[in-house]
Amino acid sequence: MQRYIIRRIGEAVLALLALSIIIFLMVRLTGDPALLMLPPDAGLEALEDLRHSMGVDKPLVVQYGLFIRDYSTGSFGDSLRSKSPVSELIKDRLPNSMKLVGVAALIVILISIPLGVLSAVYKGTLIDTACTGIAVLGQAIPVFWLGMLLIQFFTVSLGWLPSSGMGGFTHYIMPAFSLGFFTVAAITRLLRSSLLEALDSEYIKLARIKGLSEFIIVWKHALRNSLISVVTLGGIYIAILITLGILVEVVFAWPGMGRLLYQGIVFRDFPVVQAVVMISAGIVITTSLVVDIAYAYLDPRIRLQ
Amino acid sequence: MDNSLQNPAIKPAKASLLPKVLASLKGAPYIPLLIIVVFVLCAILANLITTQDAYSVQLPNRLIPPFWIEGGTLNHPLGTDPLGRDILTRIIFGARVSVIIALTALTIGGGFGTLVGLTAGFYGGKIDTLLMRFADITLAFPLILFAILLVMVLGPSMVNVIIAISLVLWARYARVIRGEVLGLMQRDFIARAKVSGASDWRIMIRHLLPNVMPTLIVLLTLQVGWVIIVEASLSFLGAGIPPPTPAWGSMLADGREYVSTAWWVTTAPGISIMLVVLAFNLAGDWLRERLDPKQRGL
Repeated sequence: MQRYIIRRIGEAVLALLALSIIIFLMVRLTGDPALLMLPPDAGLEALEDLRHSMGVDKPLVVQYGLFIRDYSTGSFGDSLRSKSPVSELIKDRLPNSMKLVGVAALIVILISIPLGVLSAVYKGTLIDTACTGIAVLGQAIPVFWLGMLLIQFFTVSLGWLPSSGMGGFTHYIMPAFSLGFFTVAAITRLLRSSLLEALDSEYIKLARIKGLSEFIIVWKHALRNSLISVVTLGGIYIAILITLGILVEVVFAWPGMGRLLYQGIVFRDFPVVQAVVMISAGIVITTSLVVDIAYAYLDPRIRLQ
Repeated sequence: MDNSLQNPAIKPAKASLLPKVLASLKGAPYIPLLIIVVFVLCAILANLITTQDAYSVQLPNRLIPPFWIEGGTLNHPLGTDPLGRDILTRIIFGARVSVIIALTALTIGGGFGTLVGLTAGFYGGKIDTLLMRFADITLAFPLILFAILLVMVLGPSMVNVIIAISLVLWARYARVIRGEVLGLMQRDFIARAKVSGASDWRIMIRHLLPNVMPTLIVLLTLQVGWVIIVEASLSFLGAGIPPPTPAWGSMLADGREYVSTAWWVTTAPGISIMLVVLAFNLAGDWLRERLDPKQRGL
């Protein structure tokens, strides 16, 4: 168990380090990093100043040390466009993104578990076909197009839901649903197959012989064991929600990290893009680490390895 | 040594190929296969199918609706986009972009990953541990974020999108193939090949590779859709295929502001992505059932 945790932490740290080294080297090997950090209309003097203050004239290792020092103390440089520190911009937007991902995760749990159970219990019937159909579709629709379809239907045609920005509860419905749909599809399919396997097992036969009601058998005994396969992949699902969140935020003009990143890309605002990517990647890598460790505590098969 | 002696599942093709192919298509998902064929044909024959230009901007013709709606014409069956370009033409040329990216990224990433997997599984020990650590670290990267950064630094272009996707893609192949190889290494035919003096390289290519082929084909098919979605997402964010090249993701981005007034701009590329991804996923599922029952949880 200890070895497993140490290995997972090591992997996460190495992944983050590798990411930072790749970014660092790419920026420096493909040209002048000072150029990326300046607006296109900046003069030669500004360039020289920045080169000096960035320490581009120092050896690479020293430069990398400075880069890591800046990032670990939360100074990500200034946005080229708004001139304000990137850390300020992120501080305002990070909670908004977290809220969206949180609501989406809730929707995922509330929809995918019943769908998975229904399609396994009614295997081969019309209900199963419908649930599997939804799942197959969910894995093929690009989230951003789904968002646009929802806007077309619920905002433009029906006028029921607001199409952009943050506000009350109604602002969450469409973004969170389009964000969660892909994961709903993935979990429904996985849960269906693992539940079918569980329902076929010896302990379920025993429960049936004991005369337990079908409801208890499915929802308590079989589901519990099948959910393990879903929880194992929990870290991956959260990572998917965070990255897909970027696309959904763009569609619904959600004032979060994704929209910040998008504006950074559009305006070639490199400090913003670099910081948002590093932070989001950091969050993705740490959450999947935490999920994996928590899961190892819960599942004796991993704990005892 | 003939492979068919060691693995009855893999027989060399004989003269009676056609009936066999037909028989193996029994129960195939015809509609998805048809979509795939149409998709690939569009990509190859794009400039023969349509005589229109995917690039020419004609502002007087902007936002013409599809032909079945009042104001539409058969000259532009699916309407035109905000710059007056024919949407159907751009969809057909967009297929070409998707095919090129999927093909090259899967060849580079899948090929490299397979090689790593074969090496790790065959040699085991420290080499295996080292290579698999690399794969795990790569798998921990959020792909879209990584690709965005890479494209920002190197500049948006098709080559850079392919590089970004391949750099992450190989790891999954390495992991899966290595797992398969570990199982195969216990089998007698590998021991016999070793005894008969076959070189390491020969064992890997002639004896291990054919046996992991079914898994590889299933994985490749299932990931075509995934690569297409990733490319579309990058293009949608402006970090993928740069304009004016017709790519389905950037077409969706172009139409984003017109969702309420000109729905057809986004509908055609959206449906195209969905159908093609759906087709490859279903075809992949079918192949998995047929070729490789072990991998159902993949």
